[in-house]
Amino acid sequence: MKISKDEVERMAHLARLEIDDSQKEKMAGQLSNILQYIDKLKDVDVEGVPLFSGAAFMTNVLRDDELKASPGPCVTLANAPRRIEDFYAVPGIMK
Amino acid sequence: MEFHKLTIGSAKKLLFDHQITSFELTSALLDRIETYDNDIGAFITVDKDSALEQAEKADKDIAGNHTSGLTGVPIALKDLLCTKGMKTTCASKILENFIPRYDGTIVKKLKENGAIIIGKTNLDEFAMGSSTENSSFKITANPWNKAYVPGGSSGGSAAAVAAQFCCAALGTDTGGSIRQPASHCGVVGLKPTYGRVSRFGLVSYGSSLDQIGPITKDIKDAAILLNVISGNDKMDSTSARVDVPDFTKAPDMFEKHSLKGMTIGIPREYLSVDGIDPEVEKVFKNAKEIFKDLGVEIKEISLPHTDYVVAAYYIIAPCEASSNLARFDGVKYGFREKSCDDLIDMYKKTKSKGFGPEVQRRIIIGTYALSAGYYDAYYGRASKVRTLIMEDFSKAFETCDLILSPVAPSPAFKIGENTDDPLTMYLTDIFTLSANMAGIPGISIPAGYSSNGLPIGIQMMANRFDEMSLLRAGYGFETTIRLGKKFPDL
Repeated sequence: MKISKDEVERMAHLARLEIDDSQKEKMAGQLSNILQYIDKLKDVDVEGVPLFSGAAFMTNVLRDDELKASPGPCVTLANAPRRIEDFYAVPGIMK
Repeated sequence: MEFHKLTIGSAKKLLFDHQITSFELTSALLDRIETYDNDIGAFITVDKDSALEQAEKADKDIAGNHTSGLTGVPIALKDLLCTKGMKTTCASKILENFIPRYDGTIVKKLKENGAIIIGKTNLDEFAMGSSTENSSFKITANPWNKAYVPGGSSGGSAAAVAAQFCCAALGTDTGGSIRQPASHCGVVGLKPTYGRVSRFGLVSYGSSLDQIGPITKDIKDAAILLNVISGNDKMDSTSARVDVPDFTKAPDMFEKHSLKGMTIGIPREYLSVDGIDPEVEKVFKNAKEIFKDLGVEIKEISLPHTDYVVAAYYIIAPCEASSNLARFDGVKYGFREKSCDDLIDMYKKTKSKGFGPEVQRRIIIGTYALSAGYYDAYYGRASKVRTLIMEDFSKAFETCDLILSPVAPSPAFKIGENTDDPLTMYLTDIFTLSANMAGIPGISIPAGYSSNGLPIGIQMMANRFDEMSLLRAGYGFETTIRLGKKFPDL
């Protein structure tokens, strides 16, 4: 699979990354290289094979619904880059 | 007293017999770090005052005969494990100043068992890499030869143990990140079965693959640490509800029964992997002979999907990473770029400035493989191949107890040698990725040296939750092989 510069741009936008123009070409080359290698997965016959998404082999891990105190905003917001009172503060969403 | 030479086992004995104090031991190791770590770069954070304070407390506990599994023993932690009140950076600019408000379950267990947290070790950013060159802060050198990498991603932990800056360390392993640096640094590294050890408070990279495990000077220490960190945790729904045996009994099992009755399988597909260094092959063959002499039956086995392991892994791990790392967006914690137009712009600038190139590359691969129209072809197919890889192992363990292999195709490479070609670097993970894909345990044990004096390890893998067999065979191997120098001169 060959990845174009435009494709890198599109993926970067989806991932909320900003790739420097000078780096896009290089990134496209590296990704193409990697995905070309990954194409070998097409050789495997996976007809009827179940999809395995984890090694935990467990379903429905339940626990009692116990009431517990919240650590409160001075703990949960302690690492916030910017806060206003007990809220995370972010730049405007609408222009 | 040469404090730095102490293992967990020997330190405990001296501490509990009141022959040394934890304060003396911890001070000596801190001095050693101060003298030598400028050249090695194993640590990101060392908090001297806190370590000495913990040591004083441990000495009081020992004086009052209130000892537990690790009382007074200095341990280093990979800087991917959340430590309350102590910086946890993941070697990333995006978490440069992140101070967790809680201890991860494993850190909590270490503290409850009286361990001294001596410092936080360097790694490839968010554990993505095989050389510790991808750290945003520093490159860690291999203590055996400072021109070479220590391996990765737990390169700081492996280097800290090899340089004898601590009695032992914890690393994390998503695709070999404990075993490969342990091999390159000449120490023992154990990746437990998926679910054996709680992941709560471990910053996630690939949630279906990550495990925390010990990096130690010998097998007995690996067993002691594994005893402390194993067990179900209600804070991690993927942690297994299985009994935890007393792993420290593994050496006794060897003493009593040797390795008689055990069968070791050697996958025929591993022998034809391209580019295995002749020196690695030599060490591997020698290991095979040692096991034969110990009464083990060696047989050829087959893992038919070996050729697809790297390809499937480098879809699954980046997919999980792209989801997991979405949380580092400049809102709740960590770095935020200040000058930006709006929220989306803030996300983009923060992530692009906060994450290094390898992390961004894996996020983009993961995003691509999970995007509409590509999901089935990439993530779906890779996950089905993962099922086949797992079935290969289940079948193999019907006919053998352990699987023996090299850890990496070559000894440590020179710093800077491989950094520009990600795919070449990925391919070196061929022997270690499978254990994570199948969720089984694996261990790396020192087994020899290259002609220029770099350590080379061997790997054993076992069936799910059979770490005991790894430790028993590992102990037998360790006590039988005659290795020259076990630790480097700094």
